[in-house]
Formats: sequence, structure tokens, C-alpha cells
Amino acid sequence: MSKATAATKKGDGAAPAVAGKRRVIICAGTGCVSTGALKVYDAFMRELKKRALNFDVILKPESENLHLSKSGCQGFCQMGPLVTIVPDDIFYTKVSADDVEEIVEKTLLKGEVVEWLLYNDPGTKQFCRGTQDIPFYQRQMRYVLKECGLIDPEDLNEYISHKGYEAAKKAFLSMTPEAVCNEITASGLRGRGGGGFPTGRKWDAARIQPAAKKYVICNGDEGDPGAFMDRSVMEGNPHSVIEGVMIAARAIGADEAYMYVRAEYPLAVKRMYKAVADAEAAGILGHNAFESGMKMKCIVMEGAGAFVCGEETALIASIEGMRGMPVPKPPFPAQSGLWGKPTVINNVETLAQVPRILLDGAEEYRKIGTATSPGTKTFALTGHVVNTGLIEVPFGTTLGEIVLNIGGGVTDDQGKKTKDIFKAVQIGGPSGGCLTPEMLDLPLDFDSLRTVGAMVGSGGLVVMNQKTCMVSVARFFMEFTQRESCGKCVLCREGTRQLLSLLDDVIEGRATPATLSLMEQLGRAVQKGSLCGLGKTAPNPVLSTLKYFRHEYESHVNDKHCLTGRCKVLAKPLINAVKCKGCAMCVTVCPVGAITGAKKLPHKLNQEACIKCGACTAKCKFNAIEGI
Amino acid sequence: MTKKPVENTVSINGRPVAIEGERNLLEIIRKAGIDLPTFCYHSDLSVYGACRLCLVEIEGRGIVGSCSTPPEPGMKIKTHTEEIREIRKISVELLLANHDNNCPTCYKSNNCQLQRIARQLGVESIRFGQVLDRKPVDTSSPSVTRDPNKCVLCGDCVRVCSEIQEVGAIDFAHRGHQASVLPAFGKDLGEVECVNCGQCTVVCPTGALTPRSEMEEVWKDLMNPDLCVVVCVAPAVRVGLGESFEMDPGTITTGQMAASLKMLGFDQVYDTSFAADLTIFEEGSEFLQRKAKGEKLPQFTSCCPGWVKFTEQYYPELLEKLSTCKSPQQMFGALLKDRLPEMLGIAKEKIRIVSVMPCTAKKYEAKRPEFIHDGIADVDHVITTQELARMIKAAGILFSDLTPESFDMPFGFATGAGVLFGNSGGVTEAVLRFAAEKVTGKQLQSFEFKQVRGESGLREAAITIDGVQLKLAVVSGLKNAKTVAEQVRKGTCEYDIVEVMACPQGCIGGAGQPVSRNPHAKKMRTKGIYDADKMMPLHKSQENIFVADCYAKFLGDVGGDKAHHLLHTHYQSRRRLPDEGIAFFSGNGGQRLKVDVCLGTNCFIKGAQDVLNGLLGHAEEHKYENMVDIRASFCFEQCEEGPTVKIGAVTLNHATVDTAVQALSRELEHQLSGESAAKDECTSCSGCK
Amino acid sequence: MQAATETHATPAEKFANVCSILEKHGRHPARLIPILQAVQEEYGYLPEEVLAYVGVALDVPAARVYGVATFYAHFALEPRGKYIVRLCNGTACHVKKSIPILDALYRALGVTEKKPKHELITIEIVACLGACGLAPVLVINEDVYGQMTPARAAKLIDEILEKEAALV
Repeated sequence: MSKATAATKKGDGAAPAVAGKRRVIICAGTGCVSTGALKVYDAFMRELKKRALNFDVILKPESENLHLSKSGCQGFCQMGPLVTIVPDDIFYTKVSADDVEEIVEKTLLKGEVVEWLLYNDPGTKQFCRGTQDIPFYQRQMRYVLKECGLIDPEDLNEYISHKGYEAAKKAFLSMTPEAVCNEITASGLRGRGGGGFPTGRKWDAARIQPAAKKYVICNGDEGDPGAFMDRSVMEGNPHSVIEGVMIAARAIGADEAYMYVRAEYPLAVKRMYKAVADAEAAGILGHNAFESGMKMKCIVMEGAGAFVCGEETALIASIEGMRGMPVPKPPFPAQSGLWGKPTVINNVETLAQVPRILLDGAEEYRKIGTATSPGTKTFALTGHVVNTGLIEVPFGTTLGEIVLNIGGGVTDDQGKKTKDIFKAVQIGGPSGGCLTPEMLDLPLDFDSLRTVGAMVGSGGLVVMNQKTCMVSVARFFMEFTQRESCGKCVLCREGTRQLLSLLDDVIEGRATPATLSLMEQLGRAVQKGSLCGLGKTAPNPVLSTLKYFRHEYESHVNDKHCLTGRCKVLAKPLINAVKCKGCAMCVTVCPVGAITGAKKLPHKLNQEACIKCGACTAKCKFNAIEGI
Repeated sequence: MTKKPVENTVSINGRPVAIEGERNLLEIIRKAGIDLPTFCYHSDLSVYGACRLCLVEIEGRGIVGSCSTPPEPGMKIKTHTEEIREIRKISVELLLANHDNNCPTCYKSNNCQLQRIARQLGVESIRFGQVLDRKPVDTSSPSVTRDPNKCVLCGDCVRVCSEIQEVGAIDFAHRGHQASVLPAFGKDLGEVECVNCGQCTVVCPTGALTPRSEMEEVWKDLMNPDLCVVVCVAPAVRVGLGESFEMDPGTITTGQMAASLKMLGFDQVYDTSFAADLTIFEEGSEFLQRKAKGEKLPQFTSCCPGWVKFTEQYYPELLEKLSTCKSPQQMFGALLKDRLPEMLGIAKEKIRIVSVMPCTAKKYEAKRPEFIHDGIADVDHVITTQELARMIKAAGILFSDLTPESFDMPFGFATGAGVLFGNSGGVTEAVLRFAAEKVTGKQLQSFEFKQVRGESGLREAAITIDGVQLKLAVVSGLKNAKTVAEQVRKGTCEYDIVEVMACPQGCIGGAGQPVSRNPHAKKMRTKGIYDADKMMPLHKSQENIFVADCYAKFLGDVGGDKAHHLLHTHYQSRRRLPDEGIAFFSGNGGQRLKVDVCLGTNCFIKGAQDVLNGLLGHAEEHKYENMVDIRASFCFEQCEEGPTVKIGAVTLNHATVDTAVQALSRELEHQLSGESAAKDECTSCSGCK
Repeated sequence: MQAATETHATPAEKFANVCSILEKHGRHPARLIPILQAVQEEYGYLPEEVLAYVGVALDVPAARVYGVATFYAHFALEPRGKYIVRLCNGTACHVKKSIPILDALYRALGVTEKKPKHELITIEIVACLGACGLAPVLVINEDVYGQMTPARAAKLIDEILEKEAALV
């Protein structure tokens, strides 16, 4: 993905970390590279050469020529390029090549901190020296992501040195399949891919099947547009996924597993391939796993771009080389799955939890999270929020904690933290629903979310500010699902298309009150009657916004007015006479001369002439133009 | 209904219904007398679960598709709650909002499931906006018309084509609302590997796939006073036609049919069963010859044009085992065009032969170039049973009230053996009736060979005649044919005769027959054919005196020169897709020699890739770019002879780099001197030379 | 930014690669998707005649091969430009206004949404690249550009066009 991977060859020299000596670690994740991490790296190399200094400069995680301590992305991408100095644990953000000289001079040589390069917490206005001081990290609980960012994902030995493969070894050598299932059942682990089905029960259903051949499938086809948790786990700690797969295989009596990885994640694909090859070479996978006499084979397969392949039966069809079209259940995959054999399908994050559960015991695991949703959950926190990125919290953490504290609060369209503009959080992507400011105290877990008509889903959390039109948000998801519908069953194929067209009627001012009730009727029919999970959840964004933001729909329908101005046809731009300072900036940029007014006096906007291009809003320094 | 213990029953709308081996809830609900609507459920095909009309509510489980849920004792099922009725209605409205709703003019009007279900569910308005994105209608195939604007994507056609016929000429393409059923690469049906069996039109619930109509052409000829229009009716038509006039399947309507044809204005009304008897003379003798010589066995039947095309496409190496006999339709056409001018005193070009067939592939067969001579086709038009019924209705003829009439002589005369051709197993039985007497010289005690009858699509029988055991296979449905063809190819079976009909249950189940909602229709038609045989005065083809007369008067010997010329044909291997191959080496010169290297599976395994590379290297080295085009072709279907290379007109088998390069040099020399080194030899047929 | 990795193989070499792809996957019909992925790697798209060949080689009907190729978003049945510009329209990118960037891309290329074909540059909209922290995200061939704006996107297109014009 990055130039680093494309341009460099694997080096042979792995310089071991020397105690007491400072090391520079430059994040070269997708995010940091795009903001200039490679230039920072070059600047360090030049600077050190010039001064004839010998510090380790480590480019992580995608560089291969210095393969010390490569690590997974730490999820703080928008603050990149990130530079960490160890062992001082100094964490510099937004570093540019020009800053390098100062870092070398002050920090590397003298151990001083370049304060202005530290992260400045917008909440406390304090500089944070290390990651531990940053609320974004402080308030999380890293369980699945624990080793991501700490270990080299491409080094099997590092994984092993962190108790890696001990759980699988235990499962293969000293536990019966039934005991493994029981432990997982006792832990209360629930599937992280969406529905929250108890993993232990799923495994047991496959375990009791008499078939000689069974399969495990690791679902890494993370298709939710706005979620990247599985990607981070596969990139940051691929062996933990393989270990989870091995334990699942042992539990059900399978000897073959497929790792279905989304092809939009080339680095994850590469890491999974390498991890499988390394584990094979080490005798962990292969004909005699852990010398147990048992066979264990893992096959990596790249998805080819279909959201519906997140659905179990569609995923199976895809592995079998067919169109990813779901088939009716029963039979369930646990009875008859891949090539008609009993098959367990688990999501990446679920499987990555398994090794630690087996090592620490179910009881320990149950101490995290809530009674019915034990453990942690990773979320992709994005949208109008100060800190976007990948976070992990125990189940039961409240929405407010995530948005206001970890996320650092809601921002305006320019990215500035602003009070009282929080409108909604969309959770669970195209299958999910929205949460409102009234729900800030809602604990996020499988069951609480269900009570408000939302679901954990894949774990995407998109924060939206007051300037977001909820009808447009519903339309965005509907457009997505109707495009991603496999086209097999009538309700999903035709229903999502009609829902989209009804939403267009609302957005473009053609709707009547009957449109809204038809949307609800159709939405419910699609929900109840569709063949697979994609169809059954496709109307959720529409139904959920209709429930919580009905007034917005009604203003579109009855008043033909989009309050946020996002729906151009229904935008009614107005100049707020109180805020307007009469600077005439808007008058100059308006391409159609719709704004008039004398200097230093509030201007007027002629709505008839206005073409709603938004040029005035972009130019106004006083946020005086509203409704566009 | 007798009360069974609770543990063996389900409750349907509060009433107990016994579970008696039903595979799914839909079957048990229909057994209980409730006709749940469906588009995509067919008991012969895999469960698909797409139409969402058979939804039911199960207590404790919510709404599920009944087609895909097996019955479990104690289940409490509701079939028409308010919610379910609403979902069903919405489903149908959604389909109608994306459908060409010109119902009165649709071929399927009155026989359309969408129309029927909409009425059944009480859909009185469509609440959703029309979203139909109109696409052109595909009329490229002589057999099937494809109108994508009427497709409901139930997938029945896709499954019948792949699961029953194993052809896979059509499949789903694209996704979401752009999902559609398409031939490969979005081409037209006439351009792809469709075998024209038309089974897709049988299962299509709407007018999206329908038999291609030739009624207008026939009407035009009938109305032309200068023409003598002759009609030949296939055996299976007589037991299917009545269904279009509210009669039970299998009702024998031979007499009314003949009467109605005469009323429609056909000048001569003949029975294709006559030609079936003729076929038995030729095919039976051909078999006895092959059996005596012990060669080209098993002998595959060749009456079914769907099967013939299937073999040409997928099993070219088995073509020599196909009987060289034309099908009865084509024998009849050739014979009539040869004899009638003299017999009726009418010029050949004034005679039109119309076939009435239970079949859509026959339309394609009549248009095969080998059956058209100097622009005159042996058979001019082929209409299906369905089309004949429509013509009768269009003429206002009250079919049920007609007084039976008979076929015209002599070509309306047939034996029961000829009529048997309508059933799967019929050709075999007719051959046995012929061969047994020919071999033993004794008259058969009983004319029936019930061993070859049955419902299974793949049946075997061993019959001993005069101490010689004959092993037979009777196959219907091309998937079953593939099974046998594979065994024959691998030499793992020892059949003498293999009868193949493309359509399940043979011609009575052909795609030209009326589409029936009666699940027992095929069984009843089969019985109708056997009954018709019983009712005939004669039962063995060799007893057909008019056929014997034909041989005596002008055909000469059975299998002789004249008979061979008129009644036999040859086959050609056929590429599945008309492709241009992949060009590797070409330039701008005027007269360039075309070189095609087959890279099909067999040739590839035998080293075709090396040959290709050798030729390319040679051509590059000698700077042939203005003289030679080198391409990879997918299959010349000469798999046993591979690697195969075609250089100009020369076909080189068992090619090596050296022989290919030599042949290339030789051909280039000859091209420069203006002539080809060799002529391409016809390998598939030596008989007609 | 770099041009897409192009194989400068001759047609024969490409075809030989297809054959070895098929061999590598044991000519197994279940491997159809990885085979198509590898073929697309080779040709940049899926040419019809190669798809037909793959069908014959795997004994899978051509209609089914076509069905699979048209089902998955990754497969292109038409040749694509030297530069593939992928705009992420995942939720995060969308709420941070990716669509105005799309409009800017079309304008800069002088094409429209209905007729987006450009010889040199192919614009693709992708569901999510999983780089939500950088939203909105644009990827040109292998290079990722985060926090994109319409103006920057248009500038990137102009740069490519200038660079290519200089080559000619």
C-alpha cells in the first residue's frame, strides 16, 4: 500500500534494541504515510548521518528494511505523522521533516521534550508527553488490540514470546473439544460480527455433527463502510487470529480453515499470508500441529468486493467459487456449510479474543464488560469528532464516555470542537441505527442497543453534528445496501431500491405524508421477509431515523425545507442579521448576485435567485449564513 | 383427515396435519389444501428461497420461508396472518413496479403466475413508482424468445438449465437491482451454448422466456392459395393438445386434432409417427450392422436435436456413435419434398412442410444448414403444440366439439411403435420390436417391452434376443445424458443402445407442450401414449405397409444409397462460443496465413503451450509479422488427437514444435506459390462420401 | 504518483501466465475467484476471450464465469486507465463530504458521472478503504491521500495530466 512496501526489500540486519539507548519509531501506517511519514524518516536518516550519530530509527509498521519493532497502526491517524522516542515514551504528533533537526538536537541528544510537538488535548489544553497521558488512549481498555502496536506482526517469535500459541497448544494437547467448547460457552463470548450469537453454542452445534470433515471460516470481509477494526487486528496481530482459528477448529473437530480477507486491505492480506506461512514452517500449522498428530491447514482467500459476503452462506458460496448469494437457512452452516460439511464461521475480532479466554479462563474474562455482554469491543470512531480512530472499550461503556471523552467531543464542519452540536451517532453501519444525545448514558452492549432499535453490528461509530441531515444519512446507507444487495430475493432487491426512491422523493421535495408511512410499511416488510441478514437489516437506518428524527422528515415533507440545507432542493438559506457584520465577502463570491446589502449592515439574500451553491457559507467568517 | 398422535403432526392455522415425509413446510401446507403462492419453488429443482411469497409464521420462530424449512413435530404454523399477507402483497407490488405490465398482449397472458398470484392476493394497486429500465427483447434464438422486461429473477430457468440439463447457457449476472438472467457475456441466446430444449420456458412463471412463435409465418402460407401446405404432427402432440382446451393431460385427441388441422386449411395432414416407423427401419438396421461388426457402440439415438447439439458441443468424440439417421421430422421433410411433387403434381417450391412438435429444439433443427438445399428447407416451419392450440383458438374452432377425422394417406399411416417415440424409452422399445423379429425371424409373442418403461431419467435394461444379450440405457434430461456420456467416454459401461431425449420424460415433456400446473401431467401424457399404442391396429414399424411400399417403390434397400442420401445426416463438432481466439502475433501484410493453436484442456496437457511458444519464436525469428497471424483457440474438439494446430487449411494433430514449424514453413512456401499443401479432411463423416 | 503496475508482457506471455495461474489452482472450479483475481492482475481487467478460456479450462459454463465476474466489485470487464483513482465513499468519508470531491474529479477530467470514461484515468468509488481516520480519502494507484478537498483532488488530476502530456 505504501511506497515503503513497494520500494524496499527485506533487509537482513535486525538491530536489537539496546537498553538505555534512545530509539526513534516512526509510524508508517497508511495514515501516517499519506501525511508525510516517509519524508520524516528520510530527514532523520540525513540528520543522523550528518552528525555521524548512531541511533536506531525505525519505520513502522510497513517498512521492511529495518524490521525492528514494527507494529500495527495505533489508531490515531489524523494526528500523524507520529514519532515515538523510547524509552522516554515521548510521543510527537504531526511531525514534519523540518522538525527533525530540533528533535535530534533536543530529545535524542539531551533528553529534552519539544513541547510544541506533543499532543495538546483540546479538552484540558494540556500537553501530553506520552500516549498514557492522552485521554484517547487512557480511557480505553486494550484487550484484542493489546499487542497491536507492541509486537512485530510479521515476527512469529515475538508473538510466541507474548504467550502466543500457548492457548492453541493447550487446546490441542491437553483439552478435549468438548472442554474447549465449554470454556468458551462459560466465558459468555458473543460473536462480534453483528448479531452477538453465543460463540460457544455455535461451536457446540458443529462439534456434535458426526461428519469426518469440518471447516472453520474466519470472516475478515469487513464490509461496513466506516469500520476497520478487523483490518487493524489482521494487520497488527495476525497470529492471534490464526490461533483463534486453530482453537475453533480443535473445538469442532475441523482440520481445515479458510481466512477470507477483504481485498481492499492489501496489507492485511499480506500479513495473513505471511503469518500462515510462518506458522506452517514452525510446525504450528500443518500435518502435525504441535506434534499432536492432528492436521491443521489454513488457506487465505481474498474477497473480491461484495458486502453481502459478510453473510455466512454468501461467504461460503464465495469460497466455493460462486456468486456470493445467500441461501436459505436451515440448514445452518454448523450442519451443512462449506461443500456441505459442518462449518463454523466467526468474525476476526471474535476469534482474536479466544486465545486469551482459554489462557486466562472464562471467569477472568467475565470480569470484563457486562453480565450478558462480557469482554471488550473495538469500535471505529469516525465522523465529526475530535479524535477519530480505532478504540477498544469494555462492553457497557456509555456512549457519552466514547464520544465526549475518548473521542474528545463533537466538531463542526471545519473540525473545530464545538459545544451543543452533537446530533447523532450512527452505530453498526448500514445494518445499524442511530443513537441520539438523549442516549449519552446508554451503555453500549448487545442487549441495551437492541432496546433502542440499534445493534453493535460491525462496530462502526460515526458521530454526526447538527449540520448533518438525517434524511441524507438514511439515503447514504440505503444507496449502499441497494447497490450491495445480491439481487436474489424480491424484498431486498426491489424493496431497497424503492426505499431509496422514496427517500429521493423526500429529499427532492416530491414526498407527501403518505410517503413516510409507505416507507415504514415497506421497511418493515423488507425487515421481516428478506432472505438474509443484509436484507433484514437494510431498512434499519431508515426506520431508525424515521423514529428518532421524524420531525426532520416532516419538515422535508410538509414545509419542503431541509433545516441543515444539505438537501439542495429544499435548502432555504438565510442571513442571520445578528451574526452578519456586513463585511460583503458573501456579496463578492456569490456567482449570481443573490446577496445584497450595504457595508457594515446586515446583508439580505434573495432566495429566488439563489442557486444554493454554498460559496457564501464557505466564505463567511461569522457563520451568519444559515440553512445551507 | 385422520387424527395422528401429536408428535407426528404440525398445526397449520390451528388444525393438525400429519407429517408424512414432506421435505418442507410448503409441501405439507399444500397437502393440507392451502395453495401458498410461489415463483421459485419447483419440486424437481433445488430450493432457492428468493420470491418470499411462501412465508409463514412459526410460533416462537417468527416469519420463515416455508419452502426452506423442514417440518418438525409440534410446529405451530400460520399461513396468512395480516403481516404475512401484507408482505406478500408488497412483494408482488414490488415486482409489478419493475415489470412490463402490458398483460393483455403478453404471450403468457392467462397462464402467467405473476398475473395469477396478483389476482389471488388481491393486489388492486401498485403503491410504488415504476422503475422498469426497458431492455431489448432477444429474438436471436430460433427456439426461445427472451424478454428481460418480464423477468422476476426467480431463477427457475437458471436452475433447470444447470441442474436438469447441465448446460448452463444462462445464469445470473450483475447484482442488486441490476441483477439479471443473461447468456454468457450478455450475448444473445442464439449466440451461446443453448441447446434449444426450451425447458427454461416451461418453468418461467412469466412471459420472460417463451417459445419462439412461428404462427404468423404459418398463417401466411395457409392463406396463400398458390401453396400446398402440408402438416406433420408429432406423436406427443396428440396427448398434450387437449390440455389447452381444459381436457385432462394425456387425453388422446388424435381425431379432433386432425379435424382441426383440416379446418385450419392444411392441404395434407400427416402423422410424424409414419416417419418414426421409417426411422426404425433405418436406425434398427444401422444398429444390427454395428452390433454385427462390433463397432461404434453403443449406438446413441439421434432423434432429439437438443441432444444432438449437446453432443456436438460437449462430446464431439462421441459423435461417431450417434446414429446417422436424421430425426423423424427431418426424414419426413426430406421424403415429402422428394416425393410429393410427383405424387401431388405440384412443384417443389410450392410445397410447404409444417411440423407440429412438442418441442422448441425442432425449430432450430429445421433451420440447420444441412437440412436446407438451394434455399429450400426440408421442413419450412415448426410450430409447437402450444402454437397449434392458439391457432385453433384464433380461428374460433371449438375443439372439444369436433367430430374426429383421420390423417391423410399414405403418410398419415403409422404403427403403435411410431407413436411410442413420444415417450422416453419409446424409440428403444420400437427398435426392440423391430430388431427382435429381424434377428430371430420369428414373430413376437407380445409386442410390449415393459423393461424399458419407467419414470426415472436414467434406466437400464438387459434384454436377451436369440441368446444375445442387449444392454440398453434409456436416458432423459441432459444431466443424465452427461452421466452416461462420461461413462461411455471413459469406457466404464457396456451399452449397446443408448436412447437420449433432452427433456425429462421425453417428448411428452417437451417445451412445446402446454404448460401444466398439474403435477401429474407428464405421467398422464406418458400413459396416453402407451394407450394410443394399444389402440392402434399395428404395433411394429416393420408392419407399416406404406413404409415398406416406400422402400419398394423408390428408396431401394434399407440403408442403401438413396435411403442414405435422403434419410441420413452427419454431425459437426461445435464450439460453445463463437470466439475469435486470442491473437498473439499479427502484422499488417495483406495475405496472412492464419495459424490457430488449440489450448483446450486436453491439448494444453499434451504440451500445446510449448508448440505455441515454438511457433511464436520461429515467427519472430524469421520476421513473419506480415505473413502470419498466430492465435490461441480454445478447442477444436479433437481432444483425443491433441495438440491440434490449424495452419491455413491444414489441421495438424499430435503436433510437436518441430512438426508445427515444418508445417508452417511448408504452408508459407505453398502460399507464396499460390496453393495450399493439403485440404482439410472431413473427419466426422465418411459415410456420405 | 506512480502509474499502475503494468506488465509489459506480450500477449503470448500473458496467456502463458494465465495457463500457469490455472495450473497453480489445479484447474479447480472452486478456485474461480482467485483465478479471476490473478487474471485481472495480469491484464488489468478481464478480457472476454480469456474469461471464455477460463470457463473451458475449468469446465464451468461461460455464463457462470460471467455471472461471477459481474457480481464482485473488484472485477473490471473493460480496460482501465493507466491511473486508477479510487475515492472512498465510506460513511466517514461521506459525512466529511467525499461527493464534492467526486464532482471535482469529474470536472478536472472533463467527464461526467454518466459518461465517466477517460482513456488515462479511471475513477472508481469504493465503499470503504478502512482509513476512516484520514477521511475523506483518495487513492491513486497505490498512493493514499488523506483529508482530501475538492481543490486538492483537482490539482492531483491536473498533475497527472501534465505529467502524461510531458511524456508525449
